[in-house]
Amino acid sequence: MAGLDDLNVKEGVEEETVEAVKTLAGAYKYGWETEIEMEYAPKGVNPDIVRLISEKNEEPEWMTEWRLSAFERWEKLDEPSWALLNYPEIDFQDQYYYARPKSMEKKPESLDDVDPKLLETYKKLGIPLKEQMILAGVEGAEDMPAEGRKVAVDAVFDSVSVGTTFQAELKKAGVIFCSISEAIREHPELVKKYLGSVVPVSDNYYATLNSAVFSDGSFVYIPPNTRCPMELSTYFRINAENTGQFERTLIIADKGSYVSYLEGCTAPQRDTAQLHAAVVEIIIEEDAEVKYSTVQNWYPGDEEGKGGIYNFVTKRADCRGDRSKVMWTQVETGSAVTWKYPSCILRGAESQGEFYSIAITNNHQQADTGTKMVHLGRDTKSRIVSKGISAGKAQNTYRGLVSMHPKAKNSRNYTQCDSLLIGDKCGAHTVPYIEVKNNSSRVEHEATTSKVDEEQMFYCRQRGMDEEEAVALIVNGFAKEVLQALPMEFAMEAQQLVAISLEGSVG
Amino acid sequence: MLSIKGLEVKLEDEDKQILKGVDLEVPAGKVHAIMGPNGSGKSTLSYVLSGRDGYEVTAGSATLDGEDLLDLDPEERAAAGLFLAFQYPVEIPGVGNMTFLRTAVNAQRKARGEDEMSAADFLKFIRAKAKDLKIDADMLKRPVNVGFSGGEKKRNEILQMAMLEPKMCILDETDSGLDVDAMKLVSEGVNALRAEGRSFLVITHYQRLLDHIKPDVVHIMARGRIVKTGGPELALEVENNGYADILAELDA
Repeated sequence: MAGLDDLNVKEGVEEETVEAVKTLAGAYKYGWETEIEMEYAPKGVNPDIVRLISEKNEEPEWMTEWRLSAFERWEKLDEPSWALLNYPEIDFQDQYYYARPKSMEKKPESLDDVDPKLLETYKKLGIPLKEQMILAGVEGAEDMPAEGRKVAVDAVFDSVSVGTTFQAELKKAGVIFCSISEAIREHPELVKKYLGSVVPVSDNYYATLNSAVFSDGSFVYIPPNTRCPMELSTYFRINAENTGQFERTLIIADKGSYVSYLEGCTAPQRDTAQLHAAVVEIIIEEDAEVKYSTVQNWYPGDEEGKGGIYNFVTKRADCRGDRSKVMWTQVETGSAVTWKYPSCILRGAESQGEFYSIAITNNHQQADTGTKMVHLGRDTKSRIVSKGISAGKAQNTYRGLVSMHPKAKNSRNYTQCDSLLIGDKCGAHTVPYIEVKNNSSRVEHEATTSKVDEEQMFYCRQRGMDEEEAVALIVNGFAKEVLQALPMEFAMEAQQLVAISLEGSVG
Repeated sequence: MLSIKGLEVKLEDEDKQILKGVDLEVPAGKVHAIMGPNGSGKSTLSYVLSGRDGYEVTAGSATLDGEDLLDLDPEERAAAGLFLAFQYPVEIPGVGNMTFLRTAVNAQRKARGEDEMSAADFLKFIRAKAKDLKIDADMLKRPVNVGFSGGEKKRNEILQMAMLEPKMCILDETDSGLDVDAMKLVSEGVNALRAEGRSFLVITHYQRLLDHIKPDVVHIMARGRIVKTGGPELALEVENNGYADILAELDA
């Protein structure tokens, strides 16, 4: 892959490259840039930068110390290389770790005070930062309800959260939904108790780096026996150049509560790669349930593999309480490189974890993604459904771990991994790890690899669809089980994304 | 309507000539049947006309209302009004029958520069058509042809034909795998679609389908050519005597 190496191309060539990127990668809808005055921390990462981020967020001393100890640890770590990914070495000192729109220097009192340019940005992305009903579309089926639904949004722009909608209404239900920087200031007791308790500072290279330099992200607390009155969502937008986005999300579902949480992400198209390393921690207490859905649509790079986001993400849910439940659903269409394994620790008795994933890679995209189901408690259940779709010269790996510990008696796992290949230059790989340390548990694994069938293509085309429509239809069918697991309008967005990300993959 | 002249076709990957000069004219509003023994090239003709990969046209032409079919992509031929009811309808897992049809209808409308059909209009349209073919709501929601019985698959083909309103319909051995009741249902569906501006090419091995779909003209195809043409009585002759006589004549 090209990417970071291309910083030194001559000016004339660069113009041409930029033009080429524009025409070739026209399929990516969110590749535009917001022109806005930014303030940056100096390039690179060191204890001073860590302190500066902490200071910008007006954090208490304990938080600064937490970050600094993470940084100290990170310096001693090596970048992992076990994933089936091939990318140029990342120069961690050649990035900005903090970029904030100047207009955000003074925190807006309310959404009305937010810089119109930022509001405009989110509007253009289809995420209006207004407290209004979101109307469901009418695409496809006949069974869809037409009533509006409310979705609360936390909008993260580069390193800062620019606003969170419906906070007042959520507060009435006792739900706390705010940026993590606000939570550190306003709810330190909760943050202190839970931050790093699922993904410890020492977890892995990227998580440790994130612990040191995370700038913002979302915080959710659902009180006991509360069903969150609306869906919550965070929309991540990377805008600034040469800037890494390191966000941190912490979700706590107290006893008997329920929340559905959505995450979306996009970035401008640029011919240099950009880094994104997030950490998501979810704590689920007794009888509580969390659904976490992601549509990841970071800029994937152009047809030649130039640019795109390097996405190194650690996501983990801890089902602490008995009968607690988590469901991860992800649609991964973007990023040049994806390294991501949303996992479930099934600690409580009879707790359940589910993982539904669609990973689409086209052109030179690479994805190494999957999940870990760690069964610690008795009678725990997990289910994994992974659909990998590769086209162009892309490589797509499912990597999963199912682990049954000695005390996880009578536990069960079912894993299904299906790969679909479009064309003959792409690859699909399945790497399942299974450990069973008791004799009453059961693990099932099924895997298939298929190619888009020529008979199916001809059938669709004879009925009038062009090749791209036909592929999109067949692939959406292939991924249906996962699409169905998504909240409705997310499922529609995902269906369209499937079509867009596979454009140019046939013929 | 459909005009085929001196069509010669070989397999793309093998040096095997399948069609050796087919001449055929199907005027508007007429039903023509092609009968013939196995391996005579009947199905190949339907595939070549609809643009399936794997064949190479070495001579001749095929036009639909004067438009050269052989130059077009399969979807362009579909938009021009050519429809093939498959002998073996293909299964598409995970894609609802209704979604499939709506995508197809709108793709063709788009190709012809027409507006897409609204969800509500489409629903009304498909429900009416499905009722005629005794296709229930459940079958419309199930994935395309997945788990369908032989009869359901063929009824589904006719439903698609009714929805897409083509002007040239090719039925490739639609009777294969059908019991008497299913054949009746399918035939009724086809007969209901007979219209002035719509022609049919019914490919079949047996005469029995032609009891239900009465053809105007019957052609016998053998060894890659149309070897005999006549009225409906020709089908009965074949039914009684088999193809042996005709093949013997060719050898003579």
